[in-house]
Amino acid sequence: MINLKTRESIRSVIIMEYHLKTPVPEKNIRKLKAGDLIYVTGTIITARDEAHLKALELYEKGRKPPVDFKGNGVFHCGPIMKKDERGAWQVVAAGPTTSARMDIFEDRFIEVYRPAVIIGKGGMGDRTAKACQKFGCVYGAFTGGAALLAARCIKKVVGVHWLEELGMPECLWVYTVEDFGPMIVTIDTHGGNLTADVGAKVNTARDRIMKEMK
Amino acid sequence: MKLEKIVEDTAVELLRIAATELPKEYAQEMERLMNEAKGEVGKSQIRNILKDVEIARKGSLPMCQDTGVVAFMVKLGDGFPLRSSLKDNLVKATRRATDEIPLRPNAVDMFKGNTGDNVGLRGHVPIINIELVPGDELELTAMPKGGGSSNVANHRMLKPGLGMKGVKQFVVEAVAQAGSLGCPPYFVGVGIGGGEDYVMKLAKEALLSPFKVRNPDPDIGAIEEELLAKLNELGIGAMGLGEGPSVLDVHVEMAARHPASLPVGVVISCWALRHARAVIGKDGTVTVDKRG
Repeated sequence: MINLKTRESIRSVIIMEYHLKTPVPEKNIRKLKAGDLIYVTGTIITARDEAHLKALELYEKGRKPPVDFKGNGVFHCGPIMKKDERGAWQVVAAGPTTSARMDIFEDRFIEVYRPAVIIGKGGMGDRTAKACQKFGCVYGAFTGGAALLAARCIKKVVGVHWLEELGMPECLWVYTVEDFGPMIVTIDTHGGNLTADVGAKVNTARDRIMKEMK
Repeated sequence: MKLEKIVEDTAVELLRIAATELPKEYAQEMERLMNEAKGEVGKSQIRNILKDVEIARKGSLPMCQDTGVVAFMVKLGDGFPLRSSLKDNLVKATRRATDEIPLRPNAVDMFKGNTGDNVGLRGHVPIINIELVPGDELELTAMPKGGGSSNVANHRMLKPGLGMKGVKQFVVEAVAQAGSLGCPPYFVGVGIGGGEDYVMKLAKEALLSPFKVRNPDPDIGAIEEELLAKLNELGIGAMGLGEGPSVLDVHVEMAARHPASLPVGVVISCWALRHARAVIGKDGTVTVDKRG
């Protein structure tokens, strides 16, 4: 875990920049604070709505999914993939999807599979934040839509599971990544949730604007 | 070349342009707002977007992995030789574009799963809207729209007594609710009147009104100005992180309403408002307008 440089944000809080290697030890995850910048090197696995559901169903049946999420990144992403002339999978575009959809089961997923970093966009809610705090996980927000920037950090497609059953956007893609980022930590293990803080401010502004509306 | 094939090839090309080339005026506006923004977090988000847009343009690659549900808006001139066969040409184009660009397969059947080619099993997708117009030409607009920002669309049948104030309040409420979820900075399309279904069509079409140009009706134009200012006061910020621009533009389209109804629709686009337009003459000449 290397801390390279610091920057100042609008809130006059110093932003730390960290480079993490998977599997990321829990103690390193617990050092991170909401607002920090992180880059991940190692293994990240895509999982969206259907893959979360299926992985949790397997657990309830006492079975294991084909990949180990522990200490790795779980990437809310439905990529565009293409086979090259040799028949090997290549990433075309792989940006984050809206993470809030996974709020309904991410807490359970974190508890059961213990990923180190949840990667997505748009932030996540209270249930997920509580699980992050309890089980030592952070949420890293990657710029939504910046799918080619993300794809550049993916060095290798290690595997794919459930492709036939769930289809390209919903299946598990296992990637080796190098300095995947920059991501902004919006949920840390100390109860911080940057997107929720912004959301509360937006709601206050909304109430004022609606009241003043002529 | 046969006209059918020209329509198909043009539709593929429009989907490619839409997916890979963000209109330059949007990128320029984001760059201007980035330079004005306070705070490194907001700036970093816009910087990432602009880098992504550049890679997409240079490499002819989709700027976002969510290449959306494919939709075409067609204005069909009375003298243009093709009629109902047009739909087949656009369906073929959708399949080809999915393979050639490539686009992500985004047509999911609730029973059979992802169809794999962006064409639905029940004939509705790709979405094709055809309007009959005078003239000999076919105007074709491709507008693939991602799921993230489509999920934060909003619709309400207001009590007419709430009037225009109620309409504006609802738009503020809807965009606040969208918050960080649909990849801001947003484009906001507002439909007023017309009925519960038509109002959403108006709202979606409003998104493609000329960028930063106000509605020719000065009363509506004033509402657009007001909403643009108020929505940016919400402080959502780029990617919902509270810094930088929240909304890039707002357009309003208005139809007459039933005396007892005041339908309002809010359709939101992420920063990647992807679209491309071409006009095809009856002799097969194609003029592409990338800016839409």
